[in-house]
Amino acid sequence: MAALIQKTLAELAAGLRGKQFSSVELARGLLERIEAAQPKLNALITVTRDAALAAAAAADRDIGAGRGGPLTGIPLIHKDIFCTEGVRTSCGSRMLDNFIAPYDATVVARLRSAGMVMLGKANMDEFAMGSSNETSFYGPVRNPWDARLVPGGSSGGSAAAVAARLAPVATATDTGGSIRQPAALCGVTGVKPTYGRVSRYGMIAFASSLDQGGIITASAEDAALVLRAMAGFDPRDSTSVDRPVPDYTAALGRSLAGLKVGLLEEFFDKGLDADNERQIRAALGVFAGLGASLREVSLPSIPLSVPAYYVVAPAECSSNLARYDGVRFGYRCREPRDLLDLYRRTRGEGFGAEVKRRIMTGTYVLSTGYYDAYYLKAQKVRRLIANDFERAFRDVDVIMGPTTPTPAFEIGAKTADPITMYLNDIYTIGANLAGLPALSIPCGFVGKLPVGLQIIGPHFAEERLLTAAHAFQRETDWHRRIPPGYE
Amino acid sequence: MSDRNWETVIGLEIHAQLATRSKIFSGSPTTYGASPNTQADLVDLGYPGVLPVLNGAAVRMAVKFGLAIGARVAPQSIFARKNYFYPDLPKGYQISQYELPIVVGGALDILLDDGAVKRIGITRAHLEEDAGKSLHEGLAGSSGIDLNRAGTPLLEIVSEPQLRSAKEAVAYMKKVHTLVRYLEICDGNMQEGSFRCDANVSVRPQGAQQLGTRTEIKNVNSFRFVEKAIQYEVGRQIEVLESGGRIVQETRLYDPDRGETRSMRTKEEANDYRYFPDPDLLPLVLAPSFIDEVRASLPELPDAKAQRFVAHYGLTPYDAGVLTASRELAAYYEEVVRHAPGEPIAAAHWVTGELAAALNRDSLDVTDNPLPPARLAGLLARMADATISGKLAKEVFEAMWASGREADAIIEEKGLKQITDAAAIGRIIEEVMAKNPAQLADYRAGKDKLFGFFVGQVMKASRGKANPAQVNELLKTKLSS
Amino acid sequence: MERAEIETIAHLARLELRESEIPAYLESLSRILELVGELNRADTSAVAPMAHPLPGLSQMLRADEVTERNDRERYQSNAPQVEAGLYLVPKVIE
Repeated sequence: MAALIQKTLAELAAGLRGKQFSSVELARGLLERIEAAQPKLNALITVTRDAALAAAAAADRDIGAGRGGPLTGIPLIHKDIFCTEGVRTSCGSRMLDNFIAPYDATVVARLRSAGMVMLGKANMDEFAMGSSNETSFYGPVRNPWDARLVPGGSSGGSAAAVAARLAPVATATDTGGSIRQPAALCGVTGVKPTYGRVSRYGMIAFASSLDQGGIITASAEDAALVLRAMAGFDPRDSTSVDRPVPDYTAALGRSLAGLKVGLLEEFFDKGLDADNERQIRAALGVFAGLGASLREVSLPSIPLSVPAYYVVAPAECSSNLARYDGVRFGYRCREPRDLLDLYRRTRGEGFGAEVKRRIMTGTYVLSTGYYDAYYLKAQKVRRLIANDFERAFRDVDVIMGPTTPTPAFEIGAKTADPITMYLNDIYTIGANLAGLPALSIPCGFVGKLPVGLQIIGPHFAEERLLTAAHAFQRETDWHRRIPPGYE
Repeated sequence: MSDRNWETVIGLEIHAQLATRSKIFSGSPTTYGASPNTQADLVDLGYPGVLPVLNGAAVRMAVKFGLAIGARVAPQSIFARKNYFYPDLPKGYQISQYELPIVVGGALDILLDDGAVKRIGITRAHLEEDAGKSLHEGLAGSSGIDLNRAGTPLLEIVSEPQLRSAKEAVAYMKKVHTLVRYLEICDGNMQEGSFRCDANVSVRPQGAQQLGTRTEIKNVNSFRFVEKAIQYEVGRQIEVLESGGRIVQETRLYDPDRGETRSMRTKEEANDYRYFPDPDLLPLVLAPSFIDEVRASLPELPDAKAQRFVAHYGLTPYDAGVLTASRELAAYYEEVVRHAPGEPIAAAHWVTGELAAALNRDSLDVTDNPLPPARLAGLLARMADATISGKLAKEVFEAMWASGREADAIIEEKGLKQITDAAAIGRIIEEVMAKNPAQLADYRAGKDKLFGFFVGQVMKASRGKANPAQVNELLKTKLSS
Repeated sequence: MERAEIETIAHLARLELRESEIPAYLESLSRILELVGELNRADTSAVAPMAHPLPGLSQMLRADEVTERNDRERYQSNAPQVEAGLYLVPKVIE
């Protein structure tokens, strides 16, 4: 197994085709690793052992018959925000603890028909609201690099699972940084595509104009392969974009000579931990060595991205979460006295504190008298930020910088004041507001803890981002490091 | 009913269910009367993770309506969420349109009782989804929710507050009802809830500029009830104000059994709907070419058709209005005239009279009419050529209606042919005169009133078949000689 | 933020808050509103609000076809209380 967990997806596929090992063996081995890691990491909410082995067996049959493609028989974990038919889909919440999804999310269906084998559902911050995976009804996830620390959030389970090599691939979602930030804190590669690139159908909504489904893997090369199968227009999602999906793997080998890299002066501010900055700057040096030219750019409105986000996202979530009322599915309070009691207690008991905070914030900023001052204002600031990015991308091809201000922090360290937690997203939120693709790759360590480098591009420039990331990963081996105890 | 000191101000909000096959945001069927929750898919149920996708036919229907009322069709309109909690609203919000609706402005002309035409402005019309239904009976302390109706497309049509009486309100409501059926965008079936009306009613002193406080009367679902509910409410408001009270702005329900409106136990309380643009839907952009194409597909509209009937067939505006109230009835009429081109006015009288009564009595729609236009035209022809009299024609009509046979066959079989032979009529007259010597003597002595008696006797003796005009003429001659 | 406001908001959102939790929510919501207040620093007079992150896109239209079949039994297996095919809630008085 130790050898298998170091392989790229391409190598795994080759090994399966060459019958060096079977998908069933692969799945079984990972399921054992998951079981062993669960008490320490708590990275998964549900393990689908029997279904996984059955799917793996079917994949083996397909491979044997010469059918199947580059992802057939490859195991993966789905963030528990994606509806998986016949399997509990909890969204990290008591509200959906008893919810068996009656359908597959489009992302799930696409990866299933690509032959991938689902091992289980990853733990996450409740309803994707959080940056540390501490708000989950199922308990916090721990960082495989140091179990006292958070893995990041909201896709903490996905990032921790891939970092600990419990699966080579985990799907994830990013609304304000929830793929990139945990990827950075766990030392793995996380990709948030352009808004509308990946279907949101079946991806339980938090903030509809910000949510995007993406992927966490050990390398850009692996991400390219999976993203290709995930992405694409979906007639069930009105916000998905009808635009062909390129073969993201085809461009990977391209040279970076002439790549214009922008460094946001606003991101290299006093909020950025000095050690983190050192690692980032060293990584940027690698890019320079590969032929990229670096220059400073400024996005004057970007410091407003956190305030804007904390109006828009709660507003949308307050409405999206109104359907959780104990009537048609999900949690219902015991013996409701009347309708009002049914609603108030079901929602009061079914949701955790952070979710309730955001619902209330959202309700407030949309209410009569406050709509213009908050919601409308935030959407205008959003446009300022999007315009800033657009202007910058006329001069540069990509923007690079830190993903997070610090490495992973202790569990419980930032839960007292929500604002301190919110400020973790300070570098990632802008890309969500503008709908831009962005990824994070490991670029060094501060002590024993990984540091992530963020790369942001213009709309639909996933190829460019993945190419740049891949080039870096051919020059360095940060992405191949495995947390001690998980080798 | 309007107190002379007070002016009534009414605005109507009509919800027309659009006659699409599938729902506005999902692929569920929209047929009425299915078993509970058998037409509610995951999108309708508001399940986690589902998303709305807009039905193009609903858009088309809204555009049709906008063009038919001369409104501006918005090149770009936005869907917004109206947020509130109620069990028949699965998502906890209704997808509607708020600041930028698809149709803005427009007007409809209504015909008042005195024959005058009044133009009623329409503020806007927008697309939205319908909610489900709650059942409160027979469930032992619970209410049962059926979401079959949730997601059915609605067009909400809002009039300007320009209606000044219950009668005007009904005329406007009927006009809208006719129009949406003409356009085939709504079946107008009020019993099934496909056409619903809320009335906003207020009063103010005559001559006052400011509007009074209004109340909303919800879901009045027949023309008759709308009229009665508004009349009651106006009376109630006047009474309150005249006794020094104030009108509470509230929602009221009409109770048809008691004939009164009463305050609804506030379902919405002080509801803040927190409208915002729905992020799951993109702006609806309509190209001019699309709007032009819909415009080209509009049928002849009721007003234009009525005007044409007046000009072409010489009908009164009133009759033209009755005939064009339904597209099918107007088409039937024109088909009858096509077969009996010399009889447009007689045709109008028979279609709006006997035919309409028979359809009503047998609860039939004109589309289920057992009397094809050509057959009715045949009857008109027999009246025109004096084969039968008007009175007997009614008997023939009933027989045609019931048996499905042609006029000629029935006339022949029943021997109803009008007697027009002067000699034959003369013989009947002479028989009657012979049988009634006393009355004859009285008449000849000067009792002119007895003329009617002799007419009656001749008609009776001829079993109604004698041509009345000839009877009159010949009687005059023979009685006087 | 004032206590009365929190109670109004919690009611609009149908969330029952325990008495003991209210001070903490008051505190955190006030802090969030402070954070969000920074938006006032921005001069937004020249821009329109941005509801969708991708510019120039418009809503696609679906063909008017019935594509879903009745799956009531399966969907209602998730429901807390069902009778005669209806979802049950405590009685609503209108």
